[in-house]
Amino acid sequence: MASVTLKNISKRYGDSPEVMRDINLDIADGEFVVFVGPSGCGKSTLLRMIAGLEDISGGDLAIGDERVNDVPPSKRGIAMVFQSYALYPHMSLYDNMAFGLKLAGKSKEEIHKAVTKAAAILHIDHLLDRKPKALSGGQRQRVAIGRAITREPKVFLFDEPLSNLDAALRVKMRLEFSRLHQDLKTTMIYVTHDQVEAMTLADKIVVLSAGRIEQVGSPKTLYHHPANRFVAGFIGSPKMNFIDGVVASADNQNVVVDIKGGGRQTACVNGESLRPGDAVTLGVRPEYLQLDSEDPSIGGTVTTVEGLGDFSYLYAESPASEEPLVSRIPDTMEVANSSRVGFSIKPHHCHLFNKEGLAMPRTTPAQSRNGSPALTS
Amino acid sequence: MPSSAHTALRADAPPAQAARGPGRWTQRWLMSPAVLSLLLWSVVPLLMTIWFSLIRYNLLSPDQTGFVGLDNYRFMWSDPSFFPSIFNTLVLTVSVLLISVVGGVLLAVLFDQEFPGRGVARLLVIAPFFVMPTVSALIWKNMLLHPVYGLFAAALHAVGLQPVDWLGEYPMFSIILIVSWQWLPFAFLILLTAIQSLDPEQKEAAQIDGAGPFSMFFYIVLPHLKRAIGVVVMIETIFLLSIFAEIYTTTSGGPGTATTTLSFLIYSLGLQQFDVGMASTGGILAVLLANIVSVFLVRMLANNLKGENER
Repeated sequence: MASVTLKNISKRYGDSPEVMRDINLDIADGEFVVFVGPSGCGKSTLLRMIAGLEDISGGDLAIGDERVNDVPPSKRGIAMVFQSYALYPHMSLYDNMAFGLKLAGKSKEEIHKAVTKAAAILHIDHLLDRKPKALSGGQRQRVAIGRAITREPKVFLFDEPLSNLDAALRVKMRLEFSRLHQDLKTTMIYVTHDQVEAMTLADKIVVLSAGRIEQVGSPKTLYHHPANRFVAGFIGSPKMNFIDGVVASADNQNVVVDIKGGGRQTACVNGESLRPGDAVTLGVRPEYLQLDSEDPSIGGTVTTVEGLGDFSYLYAESPASEEPLVSRIPDTMEVANSSRVGFSIKPHHCHLFNKEGLAMPRTTPAQSRNGSPALTS
Repeated sequence: MPSSAHTALRADAPPAQAARGPGRWTQRWLMSPAVLSLLLWSVVPLLMTIWFSLIRYNLLSPDQTGFVGLDNYRFMWSDPSFFPSIFNTLVLTVSVLLISVVGGVLLAVLFDQEFPGRGVARLLVIAPFFVMPTVSALIWKNMLLHPVYGLFAAALHAVGLQPVDWLGEYPMFSIILIVSWQWLPFAFLILLTAIQSLDPEQKEAAQIDGAGPFSMFFYIVLPHLKRAIGVVVMIETIFLLSIFAEIYTTTSGGPGTATTTLSFLIYSLGLQQFDVGMASTGGILAVLLANIVSVFLVRMLANNLKGENER
């Protein structure tokens, strides 16, 4: 068990410019941290640097109290589960799980104890004499986790461990990961591009983009108080609606925005840094963009309605937004394609981003309801 | 994993062509050219060779002919160069196999590493395979092993040692050297492609498990190469059992019978002594030897290769 500290970590390949820099992150002992971001954002590279599979070009990496930049992977007290599971195909499951201990020169009894214990935790005790090729994807995944557990690491590293599984199994294994973390209480770092995994598993989510940390925070913080437009758009599915507008008036409690194409909307955010006439982007999640024929602030034309059973998503073209607006509506509501609709938004459900994409702090009941204020990188 | 996808595909595949009345005959009809040409090419010569091995058939005395039963085999058995030739064939085959497999694995591991000029170096290692056997044997005989003009002689001379007449004093060793030089690149090529197909995540997993270079080689790389080694052994054995050009151009089977292999003995009986009957007998025995060896090989490697289909 140990904390992990990254201080000014940077990464470059050869003489080319840095692909990652100024990565600062504190991971507390026993925390479940998820790195999330689009492909190529550097989340796997960061994980591999922590594992010791990639060199760290600059900065300090500490596991526990020890600086481990130059410590080989096997001595860092970590265990890693790979996307492809990377099981040794010619060894039985028992040998797969025992391999690390065998190389470490542990006695037969110790190895046997560790392997049977790990196998029991993962319910694979009856498969131990099989070869990996005789297993299903989910079972292979368990073996890979078991191999990590036998090493009794201080930190577990998971590199997109569920992306090779089918949807149903993924949900099941996701629950297992939570259970595993509750049982073992070890620090875990988990890389994924699937924000549902991130939201459900993490104590703390680290959102990365283009080699930088965009925001660090609890799933709720990220959802309700995204620090910038990237995080707001990345977390949540379908993604947040972004509506262009211009500031009409602003104070430290409310901002009134003139929406492009007509309409006026109040947002409960601290707008001290804004001046009337500034271009801004209003953000609202699909569940808070409500159909309203009485007093709409935004108009649009329906293009598609996706029925999901318990509710439907309505897509509408609007001059105020580049992408179609998405609104969650009850499944009982029938809306014809190409009909004109109006939307309204409650002021305390609005996010507001300035021209640079930074979020204005929210000042609303939403904040007191969810506790913690927004964390910024 | 690719392997599981593979299995799934196989399981889903429809049962092999459920034969229906007319379709079946069409199939046979369409296959017949291939089957007939195969008969013409292999079965007819085999039967003719068996027949020749049972008759008296010497080109120097064409008037003496007739069925002699197993006499040719009896003569062959008592021929003083028969057992040495089998022994030599096996020594040559096994030694070259050992050298090319062990050397090929080591070279493959070496050339899997990143280093400047790797592409050119790989090409150079593979190059000997493209040289014709007669040419490479001549190069070795006249430019490398020759006691007067040879490079080795010059090297020995340079450090003040007596040049060695390699082909005269160590004929079998020299032949093994030449043939290994030719077949090492083949093993290297197959094993390099195999080593490159090793999942890098597996190596990384082993690295995290604490495997150093040696445990990585013995526990991860070598098991991964097992199947490729099986393929190399199988293919090389087929070709090595019938090595001829290298021996013909360098030692001509000598001195004495030191480098006479079974294939060279057959040549010598048939085209130096013009005894077609005896040569055919040798041919049939060579077929037997090849079959015995292949039975062992298939036994040894069958599981190995079967695994590939199952995965």
